Amino acid sequence: MPYRLVARTEPSLRAQLLVPLAAILLTLLAGSLLFTLLGKNALDAFYAFFIEPLTTRYGIGEVLLKMGPLLLIAQGLAIGFRARVWNIGAEGQLLVGAIAAGALALHFESSDSVWLLPAMICAGTLAGAAWAGIAAWLRTSCNANEILVTFMLSSIALQLLYYLVSGPLRDPMGMSFPQSALFGDAAMFAPLMDNTRVNTSLLLALIASLVAWIFVQRSMPGFKLLVGGQAPEAARYAGFAQKRAVWIGLLIGGAAAGMAGVGEVAGPLGLLQRSISPGYGFAAIIVAFLGGLHPIGIVFAAFFMALIYVGGDMSLVSVGLPNSSTTIFQGMLLVFYLACFLFAHHRLQRIEIKR
Amino acid sequence: MLDSVIFLLASTLAAATPLLFAAVGEAVVEKTGVLNLSIEGMMAIGAATGFVVATLSGSYVQGFAMAAIASALLSAVFAGLVLTFLANQVAAGLAIGILGLGLSVLIGKEFEGTTIIPLQDLDLGTLSELPFIGPVLFSHDVMVYVGMATVIVCWWVLSHTRLGLIIRAVGESPSAAATIGYPVLLIRLLAIVFGGAMAGLGGAYLTLAYTPLWAEGLVAGRGWIVVALVVFGMWRPLRIAIGAYLFGAVSLLELFIQGQGYAIPSQLMSAMPYIITITVLAVISRNPRLIRLNHPASLGQTYNKSA
Amino acid sequence: MNSLLQLRGISKIYPAVVANDRIDLDIAPGEIHAILGENGAGKSTLMKLIYGVSQPDEGNITWQGKPVVIKSPAQARNLGIGMVFQHFSLFESLSVAQNISLAVKGSIKHLSEQVEAVGEEFGLPLSADTLVHSLSVGERQRVEIIRCLLQQPKLLIMDEPTSVLPPQGVQQLFNTLRKLRDTGCSILYISHKLEEIRQLCDKATILRSGKVVATARPGEHSNEELAHLMIGRTIAPPEHAPAEPASEQALSVTQLAYEPDDPFGTRLKDINLQVYPGEIVGIAGVSGNGQNELMRLISGEEMLTKQDTGDIFIGSQKSNTLTATQRRTLGLGFVPEERLGRGAVPDLSLSFNGLLTAYRHGLTRFGMIRHKKVRAFADECIAQNDVRCGGNQSVAASLSGGNLQKFIVGREIALAPSLFVLSQPTWGLDVGAASNIRKALLQLRDNGAAILVVSEELEELFEISDRLHVIYDGYLSPSLNARSATATQIGRWMTGEFSNAGEVA
Repeated sequence: MPYRLVARTEPSLRAQLLVPLAAILLTLLAGSLLFTLLGKNALDAFYAFFIEPLTTRYGIGEVLLKMGPLLLIAQGLAIGFRARVWNIGAEGQLLVGAIAAGALALHFESSDSVWLLPAMICAGTLAGAAWAGIAAWLRTSCNANEILVTFMLSSIALQLLYYLVSGPLRDPMGMSFPQSALFGDAAMFAPLMDNTRVNTSLLLALIASLVAWIFVQRSMPGFKLLVGGQAPEAARYAGFAQKRAVWIGLLIGGAAAGMAGVGEVAGPLGLLQRSISPGYGFAAIIVAFLGGLHPIGIVFAAFFMALIYVGGDMSLVSVGLPNSSTTIFQGMLLVFYLACFLFAHHRLQRIEIKR
Repeated sequence: MLDSVIFLLASTLAAATPLLFAAVGEAVVEKTGVLNLSIEGMMAIGAATGFVVATLSGSYVQGFAMAAIASALLSAVFAGLVLTFLANQVAAGLAIGILGLGLSVLIGKEFEGTTIIPLQDLDLGTLSELPFIGPVLFSHDVMVYVGMATVIVCWWVLSHTRLGLIIRAVGESPSAAATIGYPVLLIRLLAIVFGGAMAGLGGAYLTLAYTPLWAEGLVAGRGWIVVALVVFGMWRPLRIAIGAYLFGAVSLLELFIQGQGYAIPSQLMSAMPYIITITVLAVISRNPRLIRLNHPASLGQTYNKSA
Repeated sequence: MNSLLQLRGISKIYPAVVANDRIDLDIAPGEIHAILGENGAGKSTLMKLIYGVSQPDEGNITWQGKPVVIKSPAQARNLGIGMVFQHFSLFESLSVAQNISLAVKGSIKHLSEQVEAVGEEFGLPLSADTLVHSLSVGERQRVEIIRCLLQQPKLLIMDEPTSVLPPQGVQQLFNTLRKLRDTGCSILYISHKLEEIRQLCDKATILRSGKVVATARPGEHSNEELAHLMIGRTIAPPEHAPAEPASEQALSVTQLAYEPDDPFGTRLKDINLQVYPGEIVGIAGVSGNGQNELMRLISGEEMLTKQDTGDIFIGSQKSNTLTATQRRTLGLGFVPEERLGRGAVPDLSLSFNGLLTAYRHGLTRFGMIRHKKVRAFADECIAQNDVRCGGNQSVAASLSGGNLQKFIVGREIALAPSLFVLSQPTWGLDVGAASNIRKALLQLRDNGAAILVVSEELEELFEISDRLHVIYDGYLSPSLNARSATATQIGRWMTGEFSNAGEVA
């Protein structure tokens, strides 16, 4: 064995940049194998998946539209993940945020106050945080595993949404379709680019990224969370409160997901319905990892993941790729990322005998 | 009334069987110190593969066998990530879970929404004809009994054999086990693959006997409930089995209550399994000493052989 | 003479160091052979190569005249090599017999009988169906030794076996080992304790920086000669003037009784302890007797709950339920036993590891980290304490244990604690580094700090302490004046014989 794996003495920036790129490359290779097996022309499939969306203004708009919620949620989740607080229920937190904002919009249906949208944003953010807060409370007071609790809570949130749109919040004029009435204009985000569906909620995600960067890279509370995740005993030794880390980690993730939920219902949807998110909450987990849990990396990862979403939709139509391609791509990305990640902290060293 | 009680109890055994397979498999995996959260995806792969193979071949044996193999293969990828590439077990479990869900849809693409004749119930002669006990216990398909047998075998192996001792030792301290000379990575790999195969059987039971049809998203969160069941069962197969049967009963209450004509929103009933799981999980986890005495000490920690 | 085991030109290279450099070693049948060297000299690496835990990068091993490649511990055991590790490879949740059955063939029932028989023969009494977590450290060592003996080894390797034993236990162990030698088994005895080696061993191979520097008959040399061979230079013990303690206590623990959360932990019973500014108080004892629990209660990593009784005062402030942070603002500095993962975050840089406890000392402003100051603080700790590393961006895990400990102790001293508590401050350090840390502690004491040191090394405690306590099974002895106390008395106390001792210094 002429090589052996050794831990790096200092983290290498180059390796950290190469890891996600290698993961993407491997995913593309594995993807082309899969497409070929399915009898498709791999090049056509790739063009449809990754290039075509970026050739039209509408396509770019769709990518940016989907990037917004992914970016927002992933920034929130990453802060928790750095503290090893595993919130995998962002999907449910998003739904609860959407419900809270939606309920407000429907209650003030005819309002034209400029404060309606900000109030919805606040309501959605708080609701998302509160939903995640249940998991934080159960973890800190009963030691219940937050992975399981957040997941179960997201299934409960979905049933809550189903109940509301087919009952209390259903549009009375809507012929018993399970959806609410349309929101008023004051309850909607303004468009950001002409002829696209992108709206100003994307700016919220970008601002959140900036805040996340300051929090993670510069602030003492961010540092405390990091220590709590990497070495709980050291955090205890240094006097960093463990329970607080669980609370902060979950609340931030929940708040971000709740805010993203507002962006969906007050953006492209404009009403409450049974399907609000195409799995943004789960995809954002992958975005957070692919971005190296780093606020800047996450921006690029969110863009790439949005591209996969839009490309998946487009190639379904143009090349006839199965609609599960998006999910498979997401899974492969994370698998390859985790495999490559070994080399972010380790390197292969040639064994030489020299004195 | 008695009829519906008999029906409820009999259905409980069937409803619990997929959970039973997957949870006992996961318990063995966790006993070696590895947390595999990809059960949902592995059950989905098993469900799709089993359904497709059984439909095409007409053989349930082949369906179950291929389901176990497919899930085992997927779990081997998981094993590669956490054992060779030292990946975080939570993240790797999520990744494989997502991949499994995606692949299951691809595998079952041509069969979406189709049905199959369910696995036949065994005729156990006079046993099946016993009043009450007959229909409740002795009128099921063979996999219900295979599931029970698996529980008993796993219990016996874990608590009464040398192999069980080795599994527990690896789960408590992989470095000490390696020092004594046990191949920690190999033992963990085999346990993970076994757990994968069990999840596959559980998934296949859903499509070949319980529902019996294939549809995207049919596993519907059972993979996560399985992980919770392992905690509830304190990593002991017999206790896990009790948990699975209780859970099976609870999940059927929906039908029962609706049959009795109570007006409860169906969404609340659909959410009930999760609400109950969270509640039970919170109550069980409140006792840190109990957990500490039972849970494998190295659970979830990356084991680096060279360090 | 026919060697049982012969090594020729054995080398093992790690990324940063050559741990073993062309080692030659000959072990005769029926001899007790010492591998002597200070921490970091490469003793443990060499043992791992012989026991098959890792493989040499070059060189040959000959066993009973035949060349062998030892690929695994299992193979080593098949050859007839047994090893008792310093860190036991036992499983706490399993019984003694179950632990043994993991390495030795046979039914649990049969093994249980053998455990008691062999225990009888070699003076190692044990009950086979006890769960290991309820055993003391000394008893655990017995399990390890019996496990080896049941495999009828021709060579038994013992890695620093006496660090977990009280002095009488050491004599018992020596008797066991001599009996074993008389049955024809060779013993490879690894230690840095000269006196023990002179007493026990027939031959010694001395390692320094990975190389064999000498082979000797230890009985024919003085401690000083052996020390010189081992270290390569002479290090004088630090000046130790009598203490001038102040009268206001810096730490006071009164009638403390405590039940730990951890079911495998030790209950503390009626602990009374005072430390005054300007003195060093040592706590001796075999590990696992409640040191860990007491340290966590003083540091604030654990707090007293309603079911516990007694009080902890830091200065005049009652601190029973103060957080670790609050205690630090009262002037507490603390160095835990585990360096990686507790005293330092393994994957973070030294800069961030400085920030870990020093953040209240001007390294942050309005909750924001001042990265320049953080790096400057780390640089200062590195320079002041001769920490060998690649700079302030090196991750803690990349440092050797000794250098990391110098960094951690330096960091805590830089925060000018008025009460400084340390657990095993020089464990695993080479003689020079250990001596520097002890000097720094005496310096700090002379500047008026109150210092509490928990250590398993009696010599160290005698070297720096002014007063000594002994901890045993959750009880703390009264204190003795360290200048007048004798090792024999402390040794007796270490087995609990202080319940009716009246002497208080």
